[in-house]
Amino acid sequence: MNTLLSHNAQWVLLSTLILGMAAGIIGSFAYWKRQSLMSDALSHAALPGVIVGFVLMGTKNLPVMIAGAAASALLGALLIDWIRSSTRIKEDAAMGIVLSVFFGLGIMLLTFVNRTAGGSQSGLDSFIFGQAASMVGDDVRLMAGTAGVVLLVALLGYKEWKLFLFDPAYAAGLGLSVRLMNGIYLAVLVLVIVVGIQAAGVVLMAALLIIPAVSARYWTHSFKWTVVLAAAFGGGAGAAGTLLSAAGAGWPTGPFIVLAASATFAVSLFFGASKGLLILYIGQRASRRRLTSQTVGPVAAREGAGR
Amino acid sequence: MAAVLEVTDLNASYRKNAVLERVTFEIQPGTLTAIVGPNGAGKSTLLKTLLDQHPRLSGDVAFFGSAFRKVKSRIGYVPQRGSVDWDFPTDALDVVTMGLYGKIGWLRRPGRTHKEQAMRALSEMGMADYAGRQISQLSGGQQQRVFLARALAQDADLYMLDEPLAGVDAVTERVIMDTLQRLKRQGKTVMVVHHDLQTVEDYFDRVLLLNRTVIAHGTTAEAFTREKLSAAYGGMLRWLEGKSG
Repeated sequence: MNTLLSHNAQWVLLSTLILGMAAGIIGSFAYWKRQSLMSDALSHAALPGVIVGFVLMGTKNLPVMIAGAAASALLGALLIDWIRSSTRIKEDAAMGIVLSVFFGLGIMLLTFVNRTAGGSQSGLDSFIFGQAASMVGDDVRLMAGTAGVVLLVALLGYKEWKLFLFDPAYAAGLGLSVRLMNGIYLAVLVLVIVVGIQAAGVVLMAALLIIPAVSARYWTHSFKWTVVLAAAFGGGAGAAGTLLSAAGAGWPTGPFIVLAASATFAVSLFFGASKGLLILYIGQRASRRRLTSQTVGPVAAREGAGR
Repeated sequence: MAAVLEVTDLNASYRKNAVLERVTFEIQPGTLTAIVGPNGAGKSTLLKTLLDQHPRLSGDVAFFGSAFRKVKSRIGYVPQRGSVDWDFPTDALDVVTMGLYGKIGWLRRPGRTHKEQAMRALSEMGMADYAGRQISQLSGGQQQRVFLARALAQDADLYMLDEPLAGVDAVTERVIMDTLQRLKRQGKTVMVVHHDLQTVEDYFDRVLLLNRTVIAHGTTAEAFTREKLSAAYGGMLRWLEGKSG
């Protein structure tokens, strides 16, 4: 447990907490836009860009690698949109194609790079499953900055996001630019993904976007609280996953974040205050009991009057 | 009086198939018009194309003499109920308040007066008791009334409704038609995509008969005749046999 108390470990913990919160917020937007799978496709699509960024600089230069990740994730998004709009292929199939092709390309590039001198020590492998422990002070500042942007975008346009996500056609009718909203949404989503993949990994980053949002819906009927709760769950999963993965040297962070997030999901599914299975069961039992007492009551009264 | 809506030679398509061909008509203020036609006639596409939600191949559309984007706030659109996800975490009052977003201004928060306006619109639709109800827990008819209340809150001059009476209960049907009649008496203009031929004569004073192009347009007595209906529906309508004229 000594590593947990070190100065760097505290920074790492803080950064995954912040990252989880940002992912929870933009993840709930993606969820209510019915685009959870999109976030998974874009995370995978970021990998080739990371490797190309590394090759271009010849060293692990994070800003360049993140720019590369953003470029290839956006290219993936454009491809999905192009396949969907200009062929008869449905969006889910388009996402599946882009996800696997980009990820395959990324792994291929990674294999080549790992064979070159210096490549094998580059730590590029950690982008696949995430390695929060490899982060330094600069990464924390980057994540905090990103989270700040996400929070600002969500807070400023809260009412607009709600309208855009619930009824985009009506939003357009009121004069809200759906194209602009789509652009901001995609930019923020990609931003969170590319700064998050170092900690959570391209394979499992989507879990941090999807699971907190899904868990939140079991607790509330209000969009505001859905977003707040998703941020809390995401932050909690990010921090808990980091803590757990720090218990062993070289343990990847992504899988532990996913496990922590799944735990909140399981609790939400069963004990959620508004849609949880337990509350539904209690509600059903209560209404069944009401129904029985109602049908028995009048009959008994009639029999009494007849006597 | 100037037309509320002037459509000239409008063409639109889905992929290669033409859906609307040379559609030309004018809507006068203070009228209540049913847009009627067989399935696939392009009724919903017509509304969406007019509202810039579906690309226009050619033709001119003028609302109050201007392009749609300049007079958006004067047009209240009520989409089909099935066009949104009713599981979305929000309540009835919140949905109705969305009708005021244009007035509130972008990036500003709705205040108490806005909530009161939204509440009034809900009450007009007989939905005051359901203001705080999660929208997925409303019946289909109640959801439709929430949608209409949202358009009412917008206080538009022209209302365009896409199948507002599809699959709703009798109470909702009466509340909606009473509301549309009242809007008409107030000098507003209402266009309704309508599927139930049996009620057209009772509910509407004008009919736009559509099957990819305008088959007939005029007062209900002029346009809703046996001859013109069979032209629109291709004589496949058994219901026509019982209809006189």
